[in-house]
Amino acid sequence: MPDFAIQTENLRKSFKENEVLKGVDLAVLRGEIFALLGSNGAGKTTTVNILSTLLKPNGGTASVCGFDVVRQAGRVRGSISLTGQFSAVDGMLTGRENIVLIAKLRGVPHPKKTAERSLERFGLTQAADCRADTYSGGMARRLDIAMSLVGDPAVIFLDEPTTGLDPEARLAVWETIKELAGGGVTILLTTQYLEEAEQLADRIAILHGGKIIANGTLEELKKLFPPAKIEYIEKQPTLEEVFLAIIGGEGQRQ
Amino acid sequence: MKHTFILFGRQMRHFLRSPDTIITATVIPVGMMLLFVYVFGGAMKTSIGAGVSYVNYQLPGILLMAISSGISYTAVRLFTDIQKGMFARLRSMSIAKAAILWSNVLTTLVSGAISVIVIVLVALVMGFRSSAGLLAWLAAAGLLLLFTLALSWLAIIPGLTAKSVEGSYTFSYPLMFLPFLSSAFVPTATMPAALRMFAEHQPVTSIVEAVRGLLNGQPAEREIWIALAWCVGLAVTAYALARRIYKRFS
Ligand SMILES: Nc1ncnc2c1ncn2[C@@H]1O[C@H](COP(=O)(O)OP(=O)(O)O)[C@@H](O)[C@H]1O
Ligand SMILES: [Mg+2]
Repeated sequence: MPDFAIQTENLRKSFKENEVLKGVDLAVLRGEIFALLGSNGAGKTTTVNILSTLLKPNGGTASVCGFDVVRQAGRVRGSISLTGQFSAVDGMLTGRENIVLIAKLRGVPHPKKTAERSLERFGLTQAADCRADTYSGGMARRLDIAMSLVGDPAVIFLDEPTTGLDPEARLAVWETIKELAGGGVTILLTTQYLEEAEQLADRIAILHGGKIIANGTLEELKKLFPPAKIEYIEKQPTLEEVFLAIIGGEGQRQ
Repeated sequence: MKHTFILFGRQMRHFLRSPDTIITATVIPVGMMLLFVYVFGGAMKTSIGAGVSYVNYQLPGILLMAISSGISYTAVRLFTDIQKGMFARLRSMSIAKAAILWSNVLTTLVSGAISVIVIVLVALVMGFRSSAGLLAWLAAAGLLLLFTLALSWLAIIPGLTAKSVEGSYTFSYPLMFLPFLSSAFVPTATMPAALRMFAEHQPVTSIVEAVRGLLNGQPAEREIWIALAWCVGLAVTAYALARRIYKRFS
């Protein structure tokens, strides 16, 4: 049996009448970067919130590191780290204090040293002793990710890590995420940007209409692109085209 | 427990770093006290009767006002944490769930105690003198602490449910106003009948009378019991409600 870091089966969630997840099946391998791609309102945050024990599903099962997110929520929380859709840093504290706070809460042996190292790794040494509410969006996001990595969690959720950032800051955050790859940590990131999924992820799942409508590596997804199409210029389909083609197909079937 | 104290340390930094918290919870009450004692004090002397100086008379009311305005920040801090995502981050960590709320309550108790101590020191400079023994002081402090505890759990409720910052703290306005409709600054005897009925039966009056009695060495046993009942009742109700709302979060 493959070693899944995250697994969901027929995961369902409704908010009153609004059926957001209609049976989501996901399987994320240990150590991979997995992108959950979907447009605004597709249910990406809802999925992440269920996986990080903040929300209870209405049906189906979900497990993280083999622990059930409902019955073993405590064990799940011990294995994960959530970086929510909006940078969750404490603006009244300095960057350093933010990391020290998380290090203490996670019971990391040397909080101060940990903070020093992680500030350096994320290029925040200069701003370490400024209050976090003076940080730019990109800096706050990097601090946010730095806080998530404290204590080496096995699974990290990054919910739309670059939404709202300017292109330069987006590149910096991408670099940060790329550096994490191969370090053994499993990352589930959500995004609305096809390019982001292309850039960062080993595998991609497309969430649309409450279900996963496509799932695989970039190459596999590209193969789903309808072949019979005459183009004037020979070119590879971008993921964007794949995405639109699949959604279009779904729309016609419904 | 450990997590409660780590988070408490964080929130005390917030308290010490935001001048407006300190101004609202300490400087304004001190200003009110100066106003009451030096502007109105002379005129009040005739109505409160001999035996107690006006500084002594009004101090408990000022302390309750300071506590009531301090708790608005409990709600604001919690609301901001929820809005900024810090709350979700903490809840997704391996932390005792109760630690998040208790650390806020602990912060309110300690910051409230700091305000109370500063105000009492200023009152001492203004001529406040107490004939109370250690036991009476401890009893008065305990009563004020219990009042703060009750109000901090009350503040958790709007902190958790508010839709805007304004919504999170407006609940404290009526609380700050209650001392005016009590025997905190003037005896209730001169009030119109209906108002007097209200003033004599609302919780602030009994707490003010109890603390005043304790600090001035006057018998106040009945008021102490009534005040205790109010505080415990409010604390238990607010705690139960806050816990219930908190549970709904997941
Ligand atoms: N707490 C909530 N209460 C009610 N509806 C919600 C709640 N959270 C999300 N929704 C709804 O669920 C749908 C999916 O939201 P979300 O998971 O945030 O999407 P995404 O993150 O993909 O943009 C949206 O229609 C949104 O309005
Ligand atoms: Mg979202």
